[in-house]
Amino acid sequence: MPTLAEPSLLDAVAAKLPAGSVAVQEGADQPTWVVRREALSDVARALHDGRETRFDLLLDVAGVDYPERSDEEGGRFEVVYHLYSVTRNDRLRLKVPVAESDAVLPSLIPVWKGANWFEREVYDMFGIRFTGHPNLSRILCHEAFQGHPLRKDYDPARRWILTEDDIYKPHFDLPEGEDDLFERMTVNIGPSHPAMHGTFRLMAVLDGEEIIASDVEIGYLHRCFEKMAETHNWQQVIPYTDRLNYCSAFINNVAYCKTVEKLLGIEAPPRAVWARTILSEFSRVMDHCVCNGTTLVDAGALTNFWYMFQPREEIYGLIEACCGARLTVSYGRIGGLAQDLPPDFEARSRRLLEIIPAFIEDTEKLVDKNRIWLDRSVGVAAISGEEAINWSWTGPCLRASGVALDQRRAVPYDLYDTLDFEVPTLQGGDVYDRFRIRMLEIRESLKIIRQLLDRGMPEGPYIVADPHVALPAKDAAYNQMEAMIYHFKLIMDGIQVPAGEIYSAVEGANGELGFYAISDGSSKPYRLKVRPPCFPIFSTFPTLINGGSLSDAIVSLGGLNVIAGELER
Amino acid sequence: MANLETKTVGESWVTTTFETLEDWAQRHSFWPFPFGTACCAIEFMSTVSSHYDVARFGSEVVRFSPRQSDVLLVAGTINDKMGPVLKRIYDQMAEPKWVISMGACACSGGFYRAYHVMQGIDEIIPVDVYVPGCPPTPEGLIYGILQLKERVVRDRRRAAERAKAGATNGKESASADAGRAVPA
Repeated sequence: MPTLAEPSLLDAVAAKLPAGSVAVQEGADQPTWVVRREALSDVARALHDGRETRFDLLLDVAGVDYPERSDEEGGRFEVVYHLYSVTRNDRLRLKVPVAESDAVLPSLIPVWKGANWFEREVYDMFGIRFTGHPNLSRILCHEAFQGHPLRKDYDPARRWILTEDDIYKPHFDLPEGEDDLFERMTVNIGPSHPAMHGTFRLMAVLDGEEIIASDVEIGYLHRCFEKMAETHNWQQVIPYTDRLNYCSAFINNVAYCKTVEKLLGIEAPPRAVWARTILSEFSRVMDHCVCNGTTLVDAGALTNFWYMFQPREEIYGLIEACCGARLTVSYGRIGGLAQDLPPDFEARSRRLLEIIPAFIEDTEKLVDKNRIWLDRSVGVAAISGEEAINWSWTGPCLRASGVALDQRRAVPYDLYDTLDFEVPTLQGGDVYDRFRIRMLEIRESLKIIRQLLDRGMPEGPYIVADPHVALPAKDAAYNQMEAMIYHFKLIMDGIQVPAGEIYSAVEGANGELGFYAISDGSSKPYRLKVRPPCFPIFSTFPTLINGGSLSDAIVSLGGLNVIAGELER
Repeated sequence: MANLETKTVGESWVTTTFETLEDWAQRHSFWPFPFGTACCAIEFMSTVSSHYDVARFGSEVVRFSPRQSDVLLVAGTINDKMGPVLKRIYDQMAEPKWVISMGACACSGGFYRAYHVMQGIDEIIPVDVYVPGCPPTPEGLIYGILQLKERVVRDRRRAAERAKAGATNGKESASADAGRAVPA
């Protein structure tokens, strides 16, 4: 990968830090530092501020539990920070060992504001405390929950019952004084409210019409993806990935399969890569259609919703022809695809390219000069690029704030380095630009698909020929002894993935979708952490809407494209 | 109104029973409360949008207030955190009311046999129609709605029969008690 920094640069930075604070580890996929807990704040600050490092984006914070590790070996837990430098396009992984007896870390919110929810999640899942955190409470599990579910000794099926008495108490950063004019009023919206998309809860303190403080609560769709991944085979995880961002399920498939493929050291055949790229782009179009459609519905423009939903139905037709499912596709497989493409794949795709633009244009005609839409969206809930990066934003929302960060260009995977497409950026960073950028990206996606179709479908297999990874063909499994044994072994034992760790990301429909996978050499993931793009974006929501009116809050949620399945996993 | 037990008198009016009229009105105008949380909600959106157009079956007036709706359409995973919310909304709905459980998660927890997921909404509320699938196709959901229409009529008939039978049973048991009272 071209993103690896020259080790000398990082070594030089490490040498400048106080002795013993950092141990450089051999990372297979990216540079890895093991950081002493006491030095963490200083190291983070140095990496963020340092002119030659500039790790300005905190991608992800993941906890890992190693119950057999003693305190002398560093301790039971490990907290893993993934850093990214937007300016230098470089990555770094920090690992901080934590002992169970003293499971406390300094909070990194002063350096990266995006650390807020990530740290709450680690606290919720592992019970590691972060000193200096303003609101260290459970985030995904409910308040009556006992224990920390991602610890290895937690029974995956052990449930706790929540009653109405124990529900979350909001945390407000109320400004001081000057509330003489109006009485303050606290408004609760959701979780079962159409404007909150069914699963979020917003609590806002109003001074007149202005929101002066707010808090959001999530966890209403926490479905234990990461624990489920640890209790299933590597290939059994694929259907679970569909249900992360269910608006563009296939991209999740691809991201996960690529992660495991890298661990295995295999590559999908050209036909599969070609189809993956096309279907990923179609998925991106679908995702953007839902996002923009619902944004407009939240603003009261229902007609657009019908317009934007129709392309989805058309694309469903193509996906259904490929794999039989419409929404949750499970079409990706480790090493390729689940089955071959249908004979009319190209014809169907070309037809889609013809009909989709009309729906996009019709929607634009309805809203582009619509006074109501412009008044409600221009300048609303705006965020600067720098601020957005500090909040760990990626994807279209970040590009609407003027930062041209796109994994398809930054770390070209699959066929993206051979394709001609733009990474559009806009400068406003408001609701309107987040809407516009998606319209522009839909066109770029269609451009990519057209180029790939013009190249023609590559001949060859749709999945690797390795019998330790891919199931043999059905007739071989029924008629040949060897194939039958491979089939049996794969179904019963699963794919054996060599021990190691990896972070691999693709450009999801709403930002960088990464998987951090740790394998202990068995058939199940030891730990699988998703880097959900909308999680840090949604953590910014209270900050975005403070100072605006309640109607601004409603209209700004849709454009953030927060998908509950991915947000809460 | 051809399917009513009706008698057309002249050109402008009909006679029928009140129950028949109520059945007819109820089952052809569901006002669903879409309790959508996850992937199933996206398929529900497909069902109400122009391609599948659930308006053809008289169920397009979605209401987000439990006070205004008579069918609770639970689309998506319900976890233990959402449980009290769902229960509260069900309790707020006025009678008569029905529940459609859309998708594997709402029916049984689906493949999330996990620490935070309710293993089917029938743990806390009664369900009238289970629609299988992960997620169900719009055709599947529409079939579920059509099943519910049958159910509405059947429920009312059964309730009427039960009321009738209950009245006679009540008399019998009263006399039986009286008979038992004699030897004591």
